[in-house]
Amino acid sequence: MIESIDHNSSQLNSKGQLKHFLTTQDLPASILNEILDTANSFLDMSAQQVKKVPLLRGKTVVNLFFEPSTRTSSTFELAAKRLSADVLNLNISSSSTSKGESLKDTLMTLEAMHADMFVVRHHDSGAAHYIANHVTPNIAVINAGDGRHAHPTQAMLDMLTIKRNKGNFSNLVVAIVGDILHSRVARSQIHALRTLGVAEIRVIAPNTLLPKDIEAMGVKVYTNFDQGIKDCDVVGMLRLQRERMNSALLPSESEFFKLYGLNSTRLALAKPDAIVMHPGPINRGVEIESAVADGPQSTILQQVTNGIAVRMAVMSMAITGQLNAAHSHHPDLSE
Amino acid sequence: MSAQTYDVNTLLVEMSGSLQTLITQNNIQDPLIIGIRSGGIWIAQKLHTNLAITTQLGTLDITFYRDDFTSIGLDPKVQPSKLPDSTQDRHIILVDDVIKSGRTIRAALNELFDYGRPASVTLVALLDLNCRELPISADIIGAKMSLEPGQHIKLLGPEPLTLNISQRQSLEDK
Repeated sequence: MIESIDHNSSQLNSKGQLKHFLTTQDLPASILNEILDTANSFLDMSAQQVKKVPLLRGKTVVNLFFEPSTRTSSTFELAAKRLSADVLNLNISSSSTSKGESLKDTLMTLEAMHADMFVVRHHDSGAAHYIANHVTPNIAVINAGDGRHAHPTQAMLDMLTIKRNKGNFSNLVVAIVGDILHSRVARSQIHALRTLGVAEIRVIAPNTLLPKDIEAMGVKVYTNFDQGIKDCDVVGMLRLQRERMNSALLPSESEFFKLYGLNSTRLALAKPDAIVMHPGPINRGVEIESAVADGPQSTILQQVTNGIAVRMAVMSMAITGQLNAAHSHHPDLSE
Repeated sequence: MSAQTYDVNTLLVEMSGSLQTLITQNNIQDPLIIGIRSGGIWIAQKLHTNLAITTQLGTLDITFYRDDFTSIGLDPKVQPSKLPDSTQDRHIILVDDVIKSGRTIRAALNELFDYGRPASVTLVALLDLNCRELPISADIIGAKMSLEPGQHIKLLGPEPLTLNISQRQSLEDK
């Protein structure tokens, strides 16, 4: 079923199935494609009157958010509910840690409630890995964004959006534009795009918003937007992370929009059928013009829909991986 | 009679006749034929052609509705279900290749009802293996047969459709 098996990765069980989803880095293409295919099947569920399947009935999913988030936490919640799981939303930044409870104590408390899955959003890079390495076996951990490190479900919903619009990845030129330095989305996108084999990945940003090691990730760097966007098939905009900006990296937001904002004139330099993605929430007039965000090439709302399907796919795959890690032998699935 | 001696096309001709009679008897208008992936789809396609039904064929993948997910997990080969219309108030002909425990049919019925409330569901299967675990019975069956312990039957297709019996090495047979 799965060709390349990486026994060393903490994300995969001994059969090479996903048991945690922490990063798109180092995952084989077979797993990424399985996520996309499974998500595609869930997307077709929208034809059902009852938009719910009984897969995770009786399972408890805990949304563990150490950092505020509206759309990621709500789409994870909806994804879990459409799989019939019971969902507990915990906003830790405003509860136990302020009472002095340590992360380990919080985890042990939740384990005692018989949680089956933790969906973790944290301001520190590596937090989801830490939790995956410290939870009781059989609990799946899904990274919903950790610091500047990774946001793998966002990257996979972008991949699903590209696949559904473009068919396949091999001939595509994909540009990622904006605040690369602070963006866990960009990192996860680059890893996924490389594994799925796109022709070219470009990053477009001012020098102050580019990490030093970015070229080592196999991307072409452009500091001029007009040059970088030329003949692109996919333009992935990033949100300007104002809350993460603790030093003066930019002259002003209006200056940023002038140089790195996406408007209709710039978009015309890309291929005529290019799609425009944005992870949201969008800062209109800062990184993207309203006419583009609401225009025919924008896939921003498709991304939201695809995000639920991708999260459903990852959740059911990780639960499967945990089950099969627990039982070393399982019968043939092929009926 | 052993499975190798059954000619699938002969069974299909008989089944098509019985189904036509049943549709006429029950005065079913505009039936919606739905095949269960993957063998059920092949059988459903033949019935669809033989009965010259104009409404598009539906396909059902019951992976998300299986009752053994908590012990074996998700089948990575899952594909989307494709139903041409809502199942609301439709007369459905549900088709599978082989009926064993009846659990697949239970899952298929649950999935169908998530698309709407059908007016009726008629169950058609090529083979019935006489080993039901749930109170489910087909309205039209090509043939009934029993297998020896450890034997496994599979419909091979899509062209030509043949039945193959193999001896399972594995101790566990679902």
